[in-house]
Amino acid sequence: MTEELLRTPLYHEHLSLNARVVPFAGWEMPVQYVGIIEEHKAVRSSVGIFDVCHMAEFRFFGFGVFEALNAIVTNDLNKIAEIGSALYTVMCDEDGGIIDDLIVYHTGDLEYLVIANAANRQTDWDWITAHLPEAIEAVDESDRTGLIAVQGPKALEVIGSLADEDFEVPARFHIGEARLGEIPVLLARTGYTGEDGVEIVCHADHAVAVWRLLLSFAEVTPCGLGARDTLRLEMGYPLYGSDMDRGVDPISAGLGWVVPKAKTGFIGAEAIARVREAGPSRKLVGLTVSEGVPRHEYPVLHDGTEVGKVASGTYSPTLGHGVATAYVPAELSAPGTELVVAIRRKHVAATVVRPPFVKETSLSALSS
Amino acid sequence: MNPKDLRYDKEHEWVKVDGEVAVLGISDFAQDQLGEVVYVDLPAVGDELVAGESFGEIESVKSVSELFSPISGEIVEVNEALGDAPETVNEDPYGDGWMVKVKMGDASELDALMSADEYEAFVAEEA
Repeated sequence: MTEELLRTPLYHEHLSLNARVVPFAGWEMPVQYVGIIEEHKAVRSSVGIFDVCHMAEFRFFGFGVFEALNAIVTNDLNKIAEIGSALYTVMCDEDGGIIDDLIVYHTGDLEYLVIANAANRQTDWDWITAHLPEAIEAVDESDRTGLIAVQGPKALEVIGSLADEDFEVPARFHIGEARLGEIPVLLARTGYTGEDGVEIVCHADHAVAVWRLLLSFAEVTPCGLGARDTLRLEMGYPLYGSDMDRGVDPISAGLGWVVPKAKTGFIGAEAIARVREAGPSRKLVGLTVSEGVPRHEYPVLHDGTEVGKVASGTYSPTLGHGVATAYVPAELSAPGTELVVAIRRKHVAATVVRPPFVKETSLSALSS
Repeated sequence: MNPKDLRYDKEHEWVKVDGEVAVLGISDFAQDQLGEVVYVDLPAVGDELVAGESFGEIESVKSVSELFSPISGEIVEVNEALGDAPETVNEDPYGDGWMVKVKMGDASELDALMSADEYEAFVAEEA
């Protein structure tokens, strides 16, 4: 693995902000600037911005694009018939194994934008294009596209003051064109933190200007991948590679809600239907622990026997204790079930809970 | 910078000698590398420390590290305040962020440790 690490357009911005830069999915990314907990709390209380330029952006267009993409993803693109709307989904192989999780944006007539995980860019591209009819045009726009997440209860205030006067903020899970200063962007009302906010899609050449515009606001804190992970895990949002991979189907991963029961005719449909019918033998559950920090691959025990492993685990800055997800046998997956996590030398009591671990955020306030 | 009256080891622990009792903690460099500390797992009063062996763990959001004792001896006091306020290790690593007090078994072990100047040179080389 001597492959050279990639850098986002914001790499030098991170260095000048004294970020701690680490290798992540083939990229040199900031894990933190001042500290994970401080950045985490900035997002929960004000606004944080994240460099997510490493993520993959694909565009698909042409007659039949709806049918072609709908045959690849598990969720139903009929839900985003309206132009400007967006949908979270996974795509699976014939065995129901999850290839990646994605957000599909219906950006125009006969046109969709797909945002995917950085680590899966090539896999996803190869898979999708191999299953597209020739009439569909596919473009990998990742290299020329910048992506900056702006998240927190005050995120829309900041965006509002940068945009034109007649700017209307997109509804949740919608995307629209806007100008920030003079810069043309797409604003997607999506995110990975559990807070309200947007993800700004722009030309890679404009990423630095957008980043600096955002940082000109006193209430905005630059946040690294460390805080991105603690924020998403507090919400129980799954992370590809930790909570799901090719070896697990969406039903077992707790993502049955992105596989509508009535939908057929997509890759993996039969395999997923069989799991749904029989019931999964293992399920991804949330765990809260009494002390210590559970981490990826730590054993989960029941009656002294190992019954699973921690998928994602961290310290929750909001709650002040450890939280985790783990795959456990279905009969041990009910909320309230008492399990044990082996945190190195210590065996620590853990309770199965239904995520999100943190219930009250600016996003939950939005939908209530 | 690193206080001149302390001794340091290559595991980034410091020792402050006060008569036959030594106070142990981690260096400013160590706390900075770890990031915000969320747990400190320390032994109990009466436990024996052996130089070079692990006596506890310190955990930040992202990582966990073992605490290696620079000296041998018996624990006479543990900084219980770190249980509720582990972040003290970040805020004041050479003061309120101390970890244990040890009745030294063999004061000559201190000779193997580094001065502040030597430790700074060591850190500069590691970084």
